[in-house]
Amino acid sequence: MTDMIPRRQQRLLAKAGVLLLLVLGSLYAGLPVLWMISSSFKPNTDIFQYPPKLIPAVATLSGYATIFTDPTKVQFFINSYFISLTVTALTLVVAILASFAFSRYEFPLKKVLNVMIIGVQAVPPITLLIPYFGLVVFLGLYNTYQGLILTYMVFTLPYAIIMMTGYFNTLPRELDEAVKVDGGSSWTTLWKILVPISVPGIVSVGIYTFMIAWNEYLFALTLTKTVEMRTVPIGIQLLMGQHSYEWNEMMAMSVLGCIPILVLFLFFQRYFIGGMTAGSVKN
Amino acid sequence: MSGLKTATKPSARAAGTRSQLLGKLAPYGYVAPTVVLMVVLMLIPIVMVLGYSLMDNVIMKKNPQFVGFAHYIDILTSDSFHGAVVNTLFFTGASVIAHLVIGLVFALLLNTDLLGNRTKAVFRMIYILPWLFTVAIIAILWRLLLAPNGVVNYVLTSSHLIGSQIAWLAEPQYALLAVTFINIWSGYPFYMTSLLAGLQGIPTELFEAAKVDGANPLQRFVSITLPQLRPIVISMALLDFIWTTQQFALIWMTTGGGPLNTTEMLSTFTYKLAFSRYQFGSASASAAIVLVISLVLAFFYVRAQKARD
Repeated sequence: MTDMIPRRQQRLLAKAGVLLLLVLGSLYAGLPVLWMISSSFKPNTDIFQYPPKLIPAVATLSGYATIFTDPTKVQFFINSYFISLTVTALTLVVAILASFAFSRYEFPLKKVLNVMIIGVQAVPPITLLIPYFGLVVFLGLYNTYQGLILTYMVFTLPYAIIMMTGYFNTLPRELDEAVKVDGGSSWTTLWKILVPISVPGIVSVGIYTFMIAWNEYLFALTLTKTVEMRTVPIGIQLLMGQHSYEWNEMMAMSVLGCIPILVLFLFFQRYFIGGMTAGSVKN
Repeated sequence: MSGLKTATKPSARAAGTRSQLLGKLAPYGYVAPTVVLMVVLMLIPIVMVLGYSLMDNVIMKKNPQFVGFAHYIDILTSDSFHGAVVNTLFFTGASVIAHLVIGLVFALLLNTDLLGNRTKAVFRMIYILPWLFTVAIIAILWRLLLAPNGVVNYVLTSSHLIGSQIAWLAEPQYALLAVTFINIWSGYPFYMTSLLAGLQGIPTELFEAAKVDGANPLQRFVSITLPQLRPIVISMALLDFIWTTQQFALIWMTTGGGPLNTTEMLSTFTYKLAFSRYQFGSASASAAIVLVISLVLAFFYVRAQKARD
């Protein structure tokens, strides 16, 4: 019993040490974020006040107000939401169809397509940018939603297909057989049986897809031109170029810009991490 | 990226020849939208960029001329390209190593059995935060933090770590370090979450057996944890390497490749050739070189993945 006490102390000490390290780590991870939120509530004149204050001396909503009252800035958000949601919906439908074929059929082109889909993920966006510029102008899609939506799908589809195929592969084939015995087609099998029980996988893929579309910068910058077509990431950059730096406004826009991702994360944490790490961790 | 499991062939024996044919064609119907999209927006553009790279006066001018490998020779022998390669290597190498170290340390801390699950969940949430931000937001946020009269300089000067304020992103000797630092901050959570999942997947019997054999925590870490995490680490590092060599938005929005090209990367170099100087032929050659580099890295990635299957 006597040596229990030092050991318990040792454990307590280790616990305190780990806790201390965790707190230090969270300063590194979290302080910049806190600073962003705090700055978004400061008047612009207080942004570089000396000494800096994490809790604003004067809190104001003026940064947010200027965004909500300016139709151009509201439009950045409308564009981003519209494009991201459309890309997510289209990617899911197209990926579900392709994954069904990959999971449930053997066909001569399967190997080639499979290699292509994996390889495509390694193609650098900057390589595609120049021909896209030419192609999108040629197709009359320059500065349109369609141009961006189609472009984003090229980047979201491969991952979505790989993940959905993996998910479908885990579902027992007896389900398909049951439908077939009842005289149902493969189409019925897919939409009436497989899709409803794949909701967790679909949610993961959907979140990942939404995030790629929401965050995209390079193509949004190059394939749109007018201010009404710009998305949030470009909008933030445009604020930077204007007259003086409205830091509080830029920070307010940043806070608003990360809200959809934060909300998705809070509600779907498990799917979120599952989707993100599926590429590198396997069970 | 798992290989596909072999699927059972659709049993169309009982059905007639018509439905048999339908069954054979069905998979092509299902993959058709994907194939069309990939051909139009992936294969054709790659062929186009390779074509452009062999020509002069493309896109902006009407009379393209075939110039062979002239653009490739120009680029591969230019000092600005060499500078971009060196910067990209530094930026990528330092990022990948730091991501790995920070990700592993945080994952180990979060995997501790000394704290309750609640506490760990809160910390994990905080640690994941940088991952949830768009590059544009990360760039603008760090421009604020690293500004000459910003909070980072305040902390460093008031603790006497530096004598006077430094314009981190505007001074040639610091800019590359600064953008690398930002990229490290924004990228480690990807490793952390993957490694944490990996740590939780290590069978506890391994540790117990080692404990019985009298191995201390460090020995257990070196002989069990690290080897068990190795496959995850390799594939993550390769993926990260591929992504980081392609990083554009962060550089473009923080330094634009400057000052004095000290943060010029392959991506910004290529972008400027095309969209600032309108030399689409040279830009395409540069883009093709970037493509080759990425494909080589991807080859190793796929091989590493296959080895795990």
